[in-house]
Amino acid sequence: MRTELKINGKSHVVDVEPRKSLLDCLREDLRLVGAHAGCEHGVCGACTVIVDGTPVRSCLMLAVQAEGSEVVTIEGIAPAPGELSILQDAFCETHGMQCGFCTPGMILAAHALLRDNQEPTREEIVEAISGNICRCTGYDQIIEAVALAARRMRGRNAPDQVSA
Amino acid sequence: MSAAPRKFRYISSDRRVLEDRRFVVGKGNFVADIVRPNMKHVALVFSPHPAARIVKVDGSEALKMPGVQYVLAGDELAAAIQPMPNGMPTPEVKRYPLAVGQARYVGEWIAAVVADTRALAEDAAEKVKVEYEPLPFVVDGKEAFKKDAPPVHPAHGSNILLDKTFVWGDVEGDFAASPRKISFSQKWGRSSTVPIETFGVIAEWDAWREVLDVWASIQMPKYADQIAGSMRLPMNAVRVHQDVDVGGSYGVKRGIKQTVLVCYLAKKLNMPVRLIEDRLDNMRGGDAHGPERNFDVEIAFDDSGIIRSMKMEALDNVGAYAGRSPFQLGKPIGAIVGPYKIKSVQYRAIAVTSNKTVQEAVRAFGQSPTNYTIERALDEVAWALNLDRLEVRRRNFIQPHEFPYLIPSGTTYDSGDYPGLVNKVAKHADLDAVYAERDRLRAEGLLAGVGFASCLEPSGGNSAFEPLLNRQNKTTTWMDSCRIAVDALGTITATMHTTSAGQGHETLVATVVGEALEIAPEKIRVSRAHTLDVMPSNSPVGSRMAIMLGGAAFHAANKLKHKMMTIAAHDLGVSLDDLVWNEGTVSGKKNPDQKLTWNDIVLIAHRHYYRMPEDMEPGLTTQHVMQVPNGGKLPTDDDRIQMYPCFSFEFHVVLMSIDPDIGKPEFRRYVIGHDCGTVINPKIVHGMTMGGIAHGIGAALLEEFAYDDQGQLLTQSFMDYLLPSAHEVPKIEAVHQVTPSPLTVFGQKGSGESGYLGAPAAISSAINDALRPLGIKMNSLPLKITKLGDAIAAARAKEAKQ
Repeated sequence: MRTELKINGKSHVVDVEPRKSLLDCLREDLRLVGAHAGCEHGVCGACTVIVDGTPVRSCLMLAVQAEGSEVVTIEGIAPAPGELSILQDAFCETHGMQCGFCTPGMILAAHALLRDNQEPTREEIVEAISGNICRCTGYDQIIEAVALAARRMRGRNAPDQVSA
Repeated sequence: MSAAPRKFRYISSDRRVLEDRRFVVGKGNFVADIVRPNMKHVALVFSPHPAARIVKVDGSEALKMPGVQYVLAGDELAAAIQPMPNGMPTPEVKRYPLAVGQARYVGEWIAAVVADTRALAEDAAEKVKVEYEPLPFVVDGKEAFKKDAPPVHPAHGSNILLDKTFVWGDVEGDFAASPRKISFSQKWGRSSTVPIETFGVIAEWDAWREVLDVWASIQMPKYADQIAGSMRLPMNAVRVHQDVDVGGSYGVKRGIKQTVLVCYLAKKLNMPVRLIEDRLDNMRGGDAHGPERNFDVEIAFDDSGIIRSMKMEALDNVGAYAGRSPFQLGKPIGAIVGPYKIKSVQYRAIAVTSNKTVQEAVRAFGQSPTNYTIERALDEVAWALNLDRLEVRRRNFIQPHEFPYLIPSGTTYDSGDYPGLVNKVAKHADLDAVYAERDRLRAEGLLAGVGFASCLEPSGGNSAFEPLLNRQNKTTTWMDSCRIAVDALGTITATMHTTSAGQGHETLVATVVGEALEIAPEKIRVSRAHTLDVMPSNSPVGSRMAIMLGGAAFHAANKLKHKMMTIAAHDLGVSLDDLVWNEGTVSGKKNPDQKLTWNDIVLIAHRHYYRMPEDMEPGLTTQHVMQVPNGGKLPTDDDRIQMYPCFSFEFHVVLMSIDPDIGKPEFRRYVIGHDCGTVINPKIVHGMTMGGIAHGIGAALLEEFAYDDQGQLLTQSFMDYLLPSAHEVPKIEAVHQVTPSPLTVFGQKGSGESGYLGAPAAISSAINDALRPLGIKMNSLPLKITKLGDAIAAARAKEAKQ
């Protein structure tokens, strides 16, 4: 089925089976492999992407359903090759990851939080990432990263890159 | 982290982790990200029966479907490959990637379908017809141990893989001499590490070069060896690509059956073939469950709470096949008395097969269940004597001046200061305030309790448990390696020889090499060799890489430094002893103007051979193969062995409340003290410890591979096998202490299993303290809300009746 997708600000035309998930389409048809398949039943959050401003499970959404929507994946977050967003840099500063498998989804969930809430409390950060399971870190350094990014972003006079 | 003056330039300083940059932008190199030309995909047909004879597998309808390449059943595969290695001397417990003749657990893989896409393969798998004849089965470990239990492997004759009793010291004498004895039983439930990335593997056979290429999300010693063995290939025909990032493992990413299956298909079909488990494949058929262990314990002690002797029986239900799982009863022998001065121990280790999913190595390799039981014993002694639980621990601790300390089972602990860390944590937590808060919560009508666990993390893993449990096995050496090359333009590349699953090994190697050479770690490239370019490694298991890969990198760097200084001494015409190394520049001690820079020496070594010492090889490449400190010996005839060399220590204090009406536990305070010797990278160690506690919270409260009495696995998805989210993990306060190991190059010990070693024990201790007013104790993990709620309701009903 011919489907037009707008991803990270760029249009792509793909030919997908109607049953194909957005996750599989991103990974297989567009080779955007930063979204990961963890459980494929909507619990772990490793496949998180941002659709029309909201973090969604790309394993639970069909590719054809995303037509007409703005999709942002982890590949659309870094401002330039070799350059990190404030949030991505904060994850590096606190080591808010270990194996890196949940990290793209975690960063997108936090990215959506910080767009709407420049001064999140610990509870608000916990709530925002609670749909993303990390098996490595126990979340401590992830929460620290998001709080650090919020502090640094408040200190800037321009918003972080890419606001979907 | 240490109050001690900084001895190091880069080690122990709070530096970034080099691997992180690629992960935050989604540029990891996970196995599912790798695409090979014309790659085909595997889906699996699984057994719905816990035990059944396989009468017939009919793939004819599946083969007619578009895009389907092949349907493979167990008989064809078994005829073509060697059975997978069996750790125990149980030759009739044969294991193949697909069931042969008989299915032995629900979810076991019966047939594999290969198609152009995974979706087509799944469609076709539904069309494979399997005819079964159900057989008697057994799911409970204690039932499986009974003489009349249906044997999972009839040819083996029973379900017993291992039943060995060890006696270290005068157990009967110590029991007879002790005025007090208690006994208890408890059970560690079946859970696992459950990484968010399932196991995946791609294989590709090049018939012209005769090379089998393998990309896998693997964390396993001897992986290429096992592939070669099962595939009947020379080992130099197997090329495992170790630059694959592994999306979490914590022990279980050992998909040898998956790998052999895919390798066979790739070679047979002459096409690249990949299997990426979906969550169901992984949970029920991925053979990655963890220990499920019944403990029966007797303790002999005196009126002051000093424990003299312990009898422990551990019966592990390892599931349908042996694998390496029985060895998880062996490793705890190296820390069988925990941090305590228990004089004698009797330990009976039993491993039984059952009609459940196969176990794999799980974080701490069996030590965490054992720690849960040792700590319960300490609590029981305190309760029996009405003593403070922490005081009883203090009275039994090995004291700092007693190291190196030989425990009854033959292992010597390297170093430790257990009372020191306990005192630090007690002071930080303000124990009086913790107890006051507990009492305040109780006054509010909640159940509330304080829990403790003081546990060891054996580290620097080797395989000493293998010859101890299986005398036919005489292997002991368990090295790891590093090679360093300085290229002609003077930049440094260090090579490591294993995969990583988030442990930050590239950072480890760069930090250690940087420390030795006095060069910024960020300037050092760390690469991962494939297995045709490889030095020996035994991969990151047993909390070993800081010790082993760190040690190998340190020695290789020192060899490089020595070579460069020797070249400089020759070129400058002075003795080596007259020279000093400063950030890569070599100069005279007395005459600093007499010097060669790093680049000068590089030029000599690479291009000016006439300036080199005679007989020295040109170029600047060094390497080191590191053996486990204190390791490499066989067990004595009386079953004593030096297990792991280094022993990290952790102390947990937990305050919990339980809502008595619904049984919901809640963390009110969580403090951990941690001592893993010299810390190489504080961010990495902190993360491992916090992650280990989170995993321990899961094992203690949430996670269980639960089976019904029909042998069906009830928890196959993340809807019912619950992993802790950010809501379930409290804010944890960490207290640090550094007691260096005398056995390692910087004093470092292991930390890869930290937190997980003690969290389940501490949580169990807190919950049992909370339940004491009701007169009940919980004797199993996990303590799910339903289990707690039911137990509390029953206790209250009984109380109301009286």
